[in-house]
Amino acid sequence: MEVRRDVFQAIADPTRRAILSLVMLQAMTPGAIAENFDSKRQTISKHIQILTECQLLKQEQVGREIYYHLNSKKMKEVVDWLSPFTKMWDERFNKLESIMKKYKSK
Amino acid sequence: MELKTKIDAQEGKQDLVIIREFDLPLELLFKAYTLSEIIEQWMGTKVLKLENKKHGGYQFETTDPKGNKYRFNGAIHDFVPDQKITRTFEFENMPFGVQLEFLVFEKLSDDTSKLTIRSMYETAVQRDQQLKYGMTQGINMAHNRLQEIVHNLK
Repeated sequence: MEVRRDVFQAIADPTRRAILSLVMLQAMTPGAIAENFDSKRQTISKHIQILTECQLLKQEQVGREIYYHLNSKKMKEVVDWLSPFTKMWDERFNKLESIMKKYKSK
Repeated sequence: MELKTKIDAQEGKQDLVIIREFDLPLELLFKAYTLSEIIEQWMGTKVLKLENKKHGGYQFETTDPKGNKYRFNGAIHDFVPDQKITRTFEFENMPFGVQLEFLVFEKLSDDTSKLTIRSMYETAVQRDQQLKYGMTQGINMAHNRLQEIVHNLK
């Protein structure tokens, strides 16, 4: 029986997060993805399968090859795509503010 | 918690706008962008080079917890004290290309000020790649936090 996968289960694994980071920059074949890891090809295929099942990856057939893309729509469901970026800047600016407040009172 | 920073990135466009109001007089906000020792503190970077003038340049370097170093640099196209910095920005060895940045500093009251950063990418694709990169980093951070919480529950 195939267990239903959810995205959170999918991103809980560091190898799968590394795969997501790779295909984020460009669509890749399973072979090209596997080349980036020391693990067996089958292990990587399994990870790709899990990511595809929970729709974080999309398949595209080009000739005889299958390419994997990042499914940004699904990723957005996991994290609002601007929120980490906004949070990073907000924390930075908070720091700027507190540093300059101290600087003022010097 | 309400964030004081707003980021606007419209679909299909190649720019993004970051807006933040500060509880600081304009002069202090501007100083935070021009004094190396202050930049190093709030950006968490090393300032390798910073020439605050028209036709100047800058180069910063950050180190992640694993010791990997990342550099970014740019040319300062125009520099108007307490008003505006126009510069380029490039993350070295990353596929995001060069951005043109307009940093506008405004006085709101004697004690408050506003910064608007408009960042233009060469293409909309590059902008989205940079945002996606932030997104996967966000996932990593969210996951680490989750792990910490779970760990503390044990």
